[in-house]
Amino acid sequence: MNPETKTLKRDVKLILDESDSYGVEYALQLVESAGGGTVTLVSMAPNNETSGLRTALAMGAESAMLISDDALVGSDALSTAKVLAAAIGRNTPDLVMAATESSDGYTGTVPEQIAALLDLPSVTFAKEITMADGAMTVKRQTEAGYDVVECPLPAVVSVTAGVVEPRYPSFKGIMAAKNKPVEELDCAALGIEPTAVGWAGGGQEIVDIVEAPAREAGEKIEDEGDAHERIVGFLDELKVL
Amino acid sequence: MTIYNPPLQDIRFVLDEIAELADLCTLESFSHVDSDTVDGALAESARLMVDKVAPTNGPGDVEGSVWHEDGTVTTPPGFIDAYQKYVEAGWGAVAFEPEYGGAGFPWVVGLALQEMLTTANMAFSLCPLLTQGAIDAISHHSDEIQREIYLPKMITGEWTGTMNLTEPQAGSDVGALRAKAEPNDDGSWSITGQKIFITWGEHDMADNIIHLVLARTPGAPPGTKGISCFIVPKYLVNDDGSLGEENDLRCVSIEHKLGIHASPTCVMAYGDNGGAKGFLIGEENMGMRYMFTMMNNARLSVGLEGLAIAERSYQQSAEYARERLQGRAVGAEPGESSPIIEHADVRRMLLTMKSHIEAMRGLLYLDAANLDRAKHGADDASRENAADLAALLTPISKAWSTDLGCELTGLGVQIFGGMGFVEETGVAQHLRDARIAPIYEGTNGIQAIDLVLRKLPMKGGAVVSGFLDHMGALEADLAAAGGDFVGLGKALNSSLGELRAATTWFLEKSSAPNEALAGATPYLRLFGNVIGGWVLAKLALAASAGEYDEAFAEEKLVCARYYADSVLPLSPGLHQVSTAGSSDLFALDASQF
Repeated sequence: MNPETKTLKRDVKLILDESDSYGVEYALQLVESAGGGTVTLVSMAPNNETSGLRTALAMGAESAMLISDDALVGSDALSTAKVLAAAIGRNTPDLVMAATESSDGYTGTVPEQIAALLDLPSVTFAKEITMADGAMTVKRQTEAGYDVVECPLPAVVSVTAGVVEPRYPSFKGIMAAKNKPVEELDCAALGIEPTAVGWAGGGQEIVDIVEAPAREAGEKIEDEGDAHERIVGFLDELKVL
Repeated sequence: MTIYNPPLQDIRFVLDEIAELADLCTLESFSHVDSDTVDGALAESARLMVDKVAPTNGPGDVEGSVWHEDGTVTTPPGFIDAYQKYVEAGWGAVAFEPEYGGAGFPWVVGLALQEMLTTANMAFSLCPLLTQGAIDAISHHSDEIQREIYLPKMITGEWTGTMNLTEPQAGSDVGALRAKAEPNDDGSWSITGQKIFITWGEHDMADNIIHLVLARTPGAPPGTKGISCFIVPKYLVNDDGSLGEENDLRCVSIEHKLGIHASPTCVMAYGDNGGAKGFLIGEENMGMRYMFTMMNNARLSVGLEGLAIAERSYQQSAEYARERLQGRAVGAEPGESSPIIEHADVRRMLLTMKSHIEAMRGLLYLDAANLDRAKHGADDASRENAADLAALLTPISKAWSTDLGCELTGLGVQIFGGMGFVEETGVAQHLRDARIAPIYEGTNGIQAIDLVLRKLPMKGGAVVSGFLDHMGALEADLAAAGGDFVGLGKALNSSLGELRAATTWFLEKSSAPNEALAGATPYLRLFGNVIGGWVLAKLALAASAGEYDEAFAEEKLVCARYYADSVLPLSPGLHQVSTAGSSDLFALDASQF
């Protein structure tokens, strides 16, 4: 993070977020198993940056929408959700898929906010999705195991990282991606007032950025015949047993 | 396990500034190639190499491929999955002709992808490499029917290929081979004989293995003039393209080797049960000629192994040198342990590795770009010039780079010290893996002979002198750029003078071959070193003049300066050594050795 601007540093080459790649892969698999349908990508990124989208297009998505606007600088999670929801709302998708959280901002709230804004049911932490007859059944990861959730479509679902193996774009896929449409949009095109997003529209304020505290040295347990008991005691104290 | 960071920026830089990719893409054959796609291909291929191929390198060395009594060979864990992904992504097909499923990209782009594959796992890379050689032979010399049967599946990598030349008594002297081919009534041939050193001759990564086997037909003249080349598939291919019965061939053992343990080096027995079914490529007795058409590509690819393996060792060594604390560097606080990278001699080793790696990449990519221009150039004259230059550069690409591969991976071990000599750190593997490259695909001694006896005399010496002039022309640009570049130009010019004088001597010695042969190896070294100096100066100049950031430009300049100060000054000595003649070599009786 940049402590001056209090924003995420995004001046490096932007790529497809690894956590998003699971959503893309899952979407492609659902379309493949359904025997039809299309995967459309929706992304908000600075400077009309398309390289992450190109990777996902090369994986097999059909087309993309990219929202890029200087007014979006400083957007918080809700502003991001408003923009993405407005773009998604231009189509009528059967299913909106997202990662559970990005690997830079880590708020983990955008998919649910999109669902609320679009007035759609939201299912989070999906590890397995099956679709039939206008509804989906989701195995939803929990701390104890998983819940089985049934949900009517359309809906928003966030996919847990690691549940599918994202395919590597093939060379043919990269060639094909060159000609796939990427629609570039700004706030005006989505009917969003610039004051409703970015710094201006932020419902929260970042007051300070501090370094995460360094990890403290752990406790070394020398085995004097009772190491196992002391380890059990230590874990007990942490309440993990 | 060691990590691999594909040097994408350096690769792209050499593609742009040495291979002149933008200019190459103005050729009609490459009009469909654009810069973004090349970047996308490099980046996505790099990801696969890092995630799936590079992690198999260390375990592959430890476990090795394993031969079983039934003649099958099992590859180390992870290889099947990595190969499957490589095939699915289509990385082997990028530089082949579109007619059979290739993408028709420049060979030099294919070489860049191949560099990353080889750096990720050299033993693994040999499987696609041998397939590439077999594809080359079939596409140049087979008839349309054979091409349609074999090429599409080989270009995707679904089927792999091998080259069967060597027999126990026929190594560098291929003409001594004895494998036999007898004609069958149906137009096919019955192949019998034993072949050794067959790289990836048997394995479990592909549905079929297409062996190209050199053998003699009845009444064939002795020596290399009587060798024919046959396609001998592991599984015969039915008319509808499906796989049919298993051919009469078998892997009878695999070698235990110094390095590349994961690459099964097979002893192949053909025709133990009456004869393996083979299909003649082209005409009888033309096999050796056919081998020569693919030699440039194959030798360039082996040269690339020198670069690739040095890069892997370098990355690991640089990382270690930044972390390993040992001794107090000059200027460090008393009582402080310094990272070994702060010691001058460690820096010397690292910079020697770094600068030579960039120099090799320049030479190899230049060679490949000339192979592209030789095939796809705009007119006859430019095609011929490029073919001549590629012919000149190929033995240097192969031998200079693979000798350096051994030397630089040796430095990698040295930087690790005792930790490098034990196997756990993995840096010794690179040295062991690198050691085969100066031997196979024509020993480096043979490359030096090829250079002085065959390549220098091309067009009465005009090809070599033209290239030396071309390199010499850089001095004016360097002088005009001023600053440090002036010194680079002077160093280059002075080394070029030594190389010119040595070249003249070799051209005059064609009537006294032993004189020339005695000094051929140091001469090749001199030639490679001077090309390296030219490459680095050219890159430093390009980095300072182009749209590259300051740190990048500085890195290139430092490499060029270091090389000009520490490698180019060896030129007078190498000149002297290469022209010393053969009298001492033959002064002793063989029994006195």
